[in-house]
Amino acid sequence: MEEKIKAKVMDAPKIRRALHRMVTEISERNRDLSNLVIVGIRTRGIYIGKRISKMIKELEKIEIPVGVLDITLYRDDFSELESQHMVKKTEINFSVADKDVLLVDDVLFTGRTIRAAMDSLIDLGRPKTIQLLVLIDRGHRELPIRADYVGKFLPTSKREIVQVQLKEIDESDEILITEPAEI
Amino acid sequence: MHFDHKHLLGIEPLSKEEILAVLDTAESFLEISTREVKKVPTLRGKTVINLFFEPSTRTRSSFELAAKRLSADIINFSKLASSVVKGETLKDTVLNLEAMQSDAIIIRHSCPGAPHYVSTFCRSHVINAGDGAHEHPTQALLDAFTIRQEKKNLDGLKVLIVGDILHSRVARSNIFLLNKLGARVVCVGPPSLLPQEFEKLGVECDYNFDRAIEGADVIMMLRIQLERQQKNFFPSLREYREIFSLTQKRFRRAKKSAIIMHPGPINRGVEISTDLADSTKSVILKQVENGIAVRMAVLYLLLGGKERETTD
Repeated sequence: MEEKIKAKVMDAPKIRRALHRMVTEISERNRDLSNLVIVGIRTRGIYIGKRISKMIKELEKIEIPVGVLDITLYRDDFSELESQHMVKKTEINFSVADKDVLLVDDVLFTGRTIRAAMDSLIDLGRPKTIQLLVLIDRGHRELPIRADYVGKFLPTSKREIVQVQLKEIDESDEILITEPAEI
Repeated sequence: MHFDHKHLLGIEPLSKEEILAVLDTAESFLEISTREVKKVPTLRGKTVINLFFEPSTRTRSSFELAAKRLSADIINFSKLASSVVKGETLKDTVLNLEAMQSDAIIIRHSCPGAPHYVSTFCRSHVINAGDGAHEHPTQALLDAFTIRQEKKNLDGLKVLIVGDILHSRVARSNIFLLNKLGARVVCVGPPSLLPQEFEKLGVECDYNFDRAIEGADVIMMLRIQLERQQKNFFPSLREYREIFSLTQKRFRRAKKSAIIMHPGPINRGVEISTDLADSTKSVILKQVENGIAVRMAVLYLLLGGKERETTD
């Protein structure tokens, strides 16, 4: 499917500044950072989570562990999918019980991914709190979910696609709004 | 990476990519069984039926746990406690169970092709859990998964399958699978239990265990299936043991890194000596553990997604 780029929303410096601001907010809100753990949602949430962990280390000299969550098995549209999604590994090598868990994803949209992620986390243990960090909040929620830390609020139409590109797996750090070409 | 089948009837019709898709998916399921809450909600509301016309400990309970860890509901059906003893046919049995709105039927039957037959009239997904001496696909998949865990890659490995090849569905499924994944398969056994026809499946046949074991990476021992031997395939158990039992002395001829596998149940002191079965070289219990993850993957891949048009 052809896609048309409509706008470049953020470039590398803007993404870095947004992450820095959120790191400050995180350390402001969590007095005991030693109780914080980060869980990134596959795929791009992992890399954002790792960057946040690195920035906290630079700022507060404290190592925050980062785990990886695959939510495929907790999707609510499982029996409606045309073909199966490949399940990837969940790799959380620490206990989440009684921890302040910072859940990290790239884009917050309908909220269904976050619902699945919370269910999955709670099956792994009972966290003390779960906080949510997203790089982009694009609106159109279908569930009563909101993020605690937001890189940028981005009003979009439902047809549009928000593409977060991170240099760890994409060519560069960039956030684009694209739209499927007219048929 | 795709697995686009309605049923899992055997390894023979699968491509290498499809086999790898099952194994990769199973990797992700392994971790679930180590959690405190060993359960994910993925197949909630699905009904799975274990339809076993032959006895089984491992396979039946492994499928049952796999289904339960995916939150499916499962019922067990065994031949003796059912109306089959009153003369109900296989087709009627399946149609009646299916009328209870099953989504998948896992079938083990002594007749080769029974699952294939069931799949011709059945709405549910059919999984072959062993049909006569034909195939036992999930066993071969969990064996490959275990080998891959130990050896990283199957390509170029020398794998020995030793014992009653003739009556073994495990051997057949493994031969298909190992060939597709590029391993070198050598079958070993007495000529009466290893007909030369097996070479047509693309394996080497060797009647000398001591010679064949030289340089082996994997040694897969099979159980002597006493229940399938109305005819005398070898003179005595003692003689068989002398020539085809895996002992320390024989095992020393294999590669240092070689591993020992067995689909179970083992006859200690017949096909394998007790000390080897319990040694660190043996991955027999690993196979059992991995079996659950592999069967979870199979259930997930078959029951996930919408009803597909494909027939096979």
